[in-house]
Amino acid sequence: MNILLIGATSAIVQAVGRIYANAACNIYLLGRNPASLEVVKNDLLARGAPIVSSEAVPDFTDFKSLQLHIEHIYTEATHFDIVLIGHGVLPDQEVCSASFESFHYQFLVNFHSVAACLLAIKPLMIAQQSGTIAVIGSVAGDRGRKSNYAYGSAKGALEVFLEGFRNELFTSGVNVLTVKPGFVDTPMTASIKKGVLFASPERIATDIVSAIHKRKDIKYTPFFWFFIMFIIKLIPEKIFKRLSL
Amino acid sequence: MYGSESWGRFPKSNQRILSASALTSTPIPETASTILPFGQGRSYGDVCLNAGGTVLTTKHCNNILAFDRERGLIRVQAGITLEDLLTVIVPAGWFIPVSPGTQYVSVGGAIANDIHGKNHHCAGTFGRHVRKMLVQRFDGEEIICSPDIDHLFFNATIAGIGLTGLIIWAEVQLIPIHNAFIETENIPFASLDEFFELSKSSEKEYAYTVSWLDCVSSGTSFGRGVFMRGNHARAGVSKPKSVDLPIRPIVPFDFPSIALNYYSVKSFNTLYHYTQSRKNGVHTVAYRPFFYPLDSVLHWNRIYGSSGFLQFQCVVGKERGKEALRAILQTTVASGQASFLAVLKEFGDIESPGLLSFPRPGYTLCLDFPYRGSKTEHLMQQLEDLVVDSDGALYPAKDACMRPETFMKCYPGLDAFKKFKDPRASSSFWRRVCGDTEQ
Repeated sequence: MNILLIGATSAIVQAVGRIYANAACNIYLLGRNPASLEVVKNDLLARGAPIVSSEAVPDFTDFKSLQLHIEHIYTEATHFDIVLIGHGVLPDQEVCSASFESFHYQFLVNFHSVAACLLAIKPLMIAQQSGTIAVIGSVAGDRGRKSNYAYGSAKGALEVFLEGFRNELFTSGVNVLTVKPGFVDTPMTASIKKGVLFASPERIATDIVSAIHKRKDIKYTPFFWFFIMFIIKLIPEKIFKRLSL
Repeated sequence: MYGSESWGRFPKSNQRILSASALTSTPIPETASTILPFGQGRSYGDVCLNAGGTVLTTKHCNNILAFDRERGLIRVQAGITLEDLLTVIVPAGWFIPVSPGTQYVSVGGAIANDIHGKNHHCAGTFGRHVRKMLVQRFDGEEIICSPDIDHLFFNATIAGIGLTGLIIWAEVQLIPIHNAFIETENIPFASLDEFFELSKSSEKEYAYTVSWLDCVSSGTSFGRGVFMRGNHARAGVSKPKSVDLPIRPIVPFDFPSIALNYYSVKSFNTLYHYTQSRKNGVHTVAYRPFFYPLDSVLHWNRIYGSSGFLQFQCVVGKERGKEALRAILQTTVASGQASFLAVLKEFGDIESPGLLSFPRPGYTLCLDFPYRGSKTEHLMQQLEDLVVDSDGALYPAKDACMRPETFMKCYPGLDAFKKFKDPRASSSFWRRVCGDTEQ
């Protein structure tokens, strides 16, 4: 199997990569930092991937370059069974509330650049008439909260985009999976105090792989987030606006 | 919670938790306080704690940097767990050279405590199998060391309990295996003398030996136990019936302290002796239940309740040690405080490389006690005195009570070690055993 990992140095994506490396899949990496990509590449090779190839895109908001790299990797691989897109930044809401520039930058990374990847990969996947595209969203996209709505709005936009995208690709046999993790204990959340709801990247990765193989549309991970968000989405806006969540 | 407590959950510690970075060239974040690397928090007392200071967690630093499948040489970041490592190396026909009682420790922790296993009599400690390391001092300086390069610093970092800096990566020589199985045999024994005999007669032909000891029963049952010995299975043995548990049960919350009492523990010991004794004869098992029986219950430390528990592990010399061992066991049985994890093993003569390594020739006994305040601490002092009187030593990775003078007496390499300690490194253990003058 051939796997494309975009945002390959993020903890969740790397953990997914390790599962596929262990299953002797060929892995293609796209990431930002060449030195970090090299570490991830060697790790996946050591864990059993026969081929690991990596390309660095220094700026994920350079959409043209992103598209060219994706097309280039595809030419090399000639076929992708699974594409996982998982890059992102966790912005500081207070900074984003005060400055449009900060808000805009994270929106470019968390939404536009993901959409650019999806649009670049789309014709290639439609042409091969098979495969799965999995994208890491977030439970934060389910409802806007004052503590995190900059990140939440980008992930919310991504969710709606993916609904349409899934709808569009349905007839071509390509499955689109929206992964919605809750709190994950990764370097991205290093500054946040960890509570009982935090899950390890390995736990999330196991869920993602199983959802990919079951050809699911939406996967909350760990599973209990489905119930938490179900309740949170039920709260009427009249009440929700008064809460501090 | 991860980063804030040791596996024994005693003592309690308030410390800042920062994580070391796996992928950037500056793994150590800035902090003004003292620093202590923290792997998986599987040591028991306070060697992994730094009350009032910072611990630097390595859980994200779990990349394999290189794996030579021909020669069995692997270079890993120090935060990788043995569990993770084993899933990669076992299918490739390799095994870790020294295996502790749990697979949930990090390689960094295995080096920093220079851990030992059931094969100490033929393989020595984990540190003996480390070929090279990269250590970053807390001022940013990087030191590459090996038995040939900067070997004194290398010897200080092995068993250096995290105080010489952060181990970034280590290169470990693995051992070849034919398959993932162990051929093992359980032999019940009725007394310590029988144990000494069994241990002597097994050391040549068995790579792995260990005993479980009943530390509750007195009278005719005093000193009874089960001797377990095994080897990596030969090529072509038939697969064991049950390979591994698919789902591991978890202890989801702290048990009330009443759950572990004299009667429940005594029943457990009797039951365990009976069930293990019935498994006589040679049989083949998967490596995980053989090496890591306790890992089958996640968070087993919670059965001791929120106040935690103390471990006591000592080594006593081969000749004078036999009497000391008897005295330690008598004191333990008389106290009625011990619980189920009593382990007895004979250490071999292979020298440990670390300046502060614990293993030395003799017998090692490991006991655990639910923490019940001064009553437990008093017992620990009695046991400590017995060890000191017989020129034995206590194991820092399992200690929460040792007196400074005991540490100094047990570890003659201490003065040499101090020259290599990072000035910004400290731990609760270090301050306790080296006094207030040392930072």
